[in-house]
Amino acid sequence: MAGMNLTLKVWRQNGAEDKGRIVEYKMSDISPDMSFLEMIDVLNEELIQKGDDPIAFDHDCREGICGSCSMYINGEPHGPEDLITTCQLHMRSFKDGDTIYIEPWRAAAFPVIKDLVVDRTAFDAIIQVGGYVSVNTSGNTQDANALPIPKADADAAFDAATCIGCGACVATCKNSSAMLFTSAKISHLALLPQGKVEAQERALNMVEKMDELGFGNCTNTGDCEVQCPKGISLDNIALMNREFLGASLKSEK
Amino acid sequence: MSNSAGLFSSSLGRKYLMAITGLFLCSFLLIHLIGNVSLFTDPVQFNEYTRFMSSNPLIRIMEIVLVVGFLAHIIDAIMLTKANKAAQPVKYAMDKKKSTWYSRNMGLTGTIILAFLILHLQSFWYGYKFGDVAMTLDSSGAAIKDMYTMVLAAFSQSWYSAIYVVAMVLLGTHLNHGFQSAFQSMGLRHKKYTPAIKKVGTAFAVIMTLGFISFPIYFYITQL
Repeated sequence: MAGMNLTLKVWRQNGAEDKGRIVEYKMSDISPDMSFLEMIDVLNEELIQKGDDPIAFDHDCREGICGSCSMYINGEPHGPEDLITTCQLHMRSFKDGDTIYIEPWRAAAFPVIKDLVVDRTAFDAIIQVGGYVSVNTSGNTQDANALPIPKADADAAFDAATCIGCGACVATCKNSSAMLFTSAKISHLALLPQGKVEAQERALNMVEKMDELGFGNCTNTGDCEVQCPKGISLDNIALMNREFLGASLKSEK
Repeated sequence: MSNSAGLFSSSLGRKYLMAITGLFLCSFLLIHLIGNVSLFTDPVQFNEYTRFMSSNPLIRIMEIVLVVGFLAHIIDAIMLTKANKAAQPVKYAMDKKKSTWYSRNMGLTGTIILAFLILHLQSFWYGYKFGDVAMTLDSSGAAIKDMYTMVLAAFSQSWYSAIYVVAMVLLGTHLNHGFQSAFQSMGLRHKKYTPAIKKVGTAFAVIMTLGFISFPIYFYITQL
């Protein structure tokens, strides 16, 4: 099968202070079996050989689990296919002659570091105020079956825990809201007995931090759920809304 | 920050306020539509109904609650929208959304509905209270303001009726997203009930739109 010819329109921005611009690159003989990131690797090889600055982009595991890759491809986070990350996207999802826009995540809370790389430490900051269970687990592990957990709760907690924190939800949200991410972290712990103990405090602290970092508000359009590479459900946002309401009313702080 | 005092300054607190005021305004729409049905049945009954609505003390108190509800809904929406715009200062060169147009444009439809509301209040609320309204007789033979004729005169103008139709269609899209969205914001989501809530919301939106546009359309056509 002959290779594809593509036109790439890539966001180039030389550091946080630079204004940034879309730069066009012509690609030829691209194999449909290549992954999207391999295609960018090929382009970067060409740029390096010409003495140009290669395109900076985040990537790590390249198997859809680390949450590093973060490209807004043709108007969608992680490109046109559902339930995959950018590294799992292949060139067979495009046609010969296609023009492909590649942009970084857009959110005030995710400032661009360079080209397609954004600073996602805001997510770490949300985790740091409650995305954990305060239990000492060293040397005194109890039998797993000592705490019975309903199957439905275990499944829901596990579904929420599949969030890899890539930021696609924030990127696609018209309000750059981090509610799908934050709610996934809140519910995956709140649904389990170990996490339930601190559930209310966690909801209050994580929501407060999320607001403070400049993420927008949820308007329930549902774009996040559609674009999430792990299929995190809006059920989690509803659970967060319930937890936060109850916690706010009961809190003595 | 005190969490209990800060409830309504938090993102979620503001969403709860949007939801509660939105559902309250839905209840007003329903009552308003039911009250208007007498426009079709009996002019005398309609005039007596408007007199009751503008003189009953309980209704007058609810009028104030309604104004507060509208203001809270509008001011909260402005604050949320401002924060949302600030959260995404740079737009994408290419952006494809999978969500519905109306779910993303609640601010736009809301603003148009507000503009309509001001026109509507100016013609009928202000017009009835402070305007020059002709008098007629009620069922007991006493003098009463002839609101019925006033409504007919307003809807005989094509541009005026057209504005009503457009505004009510937009209100329908606003309700279609807003009704079910209010339940989600309050955390009321359930595998069994949420699909039903969405259907009720859509049915409510359709009934409100068709109900309210039936008046301008009917009175415009019958007066041609």
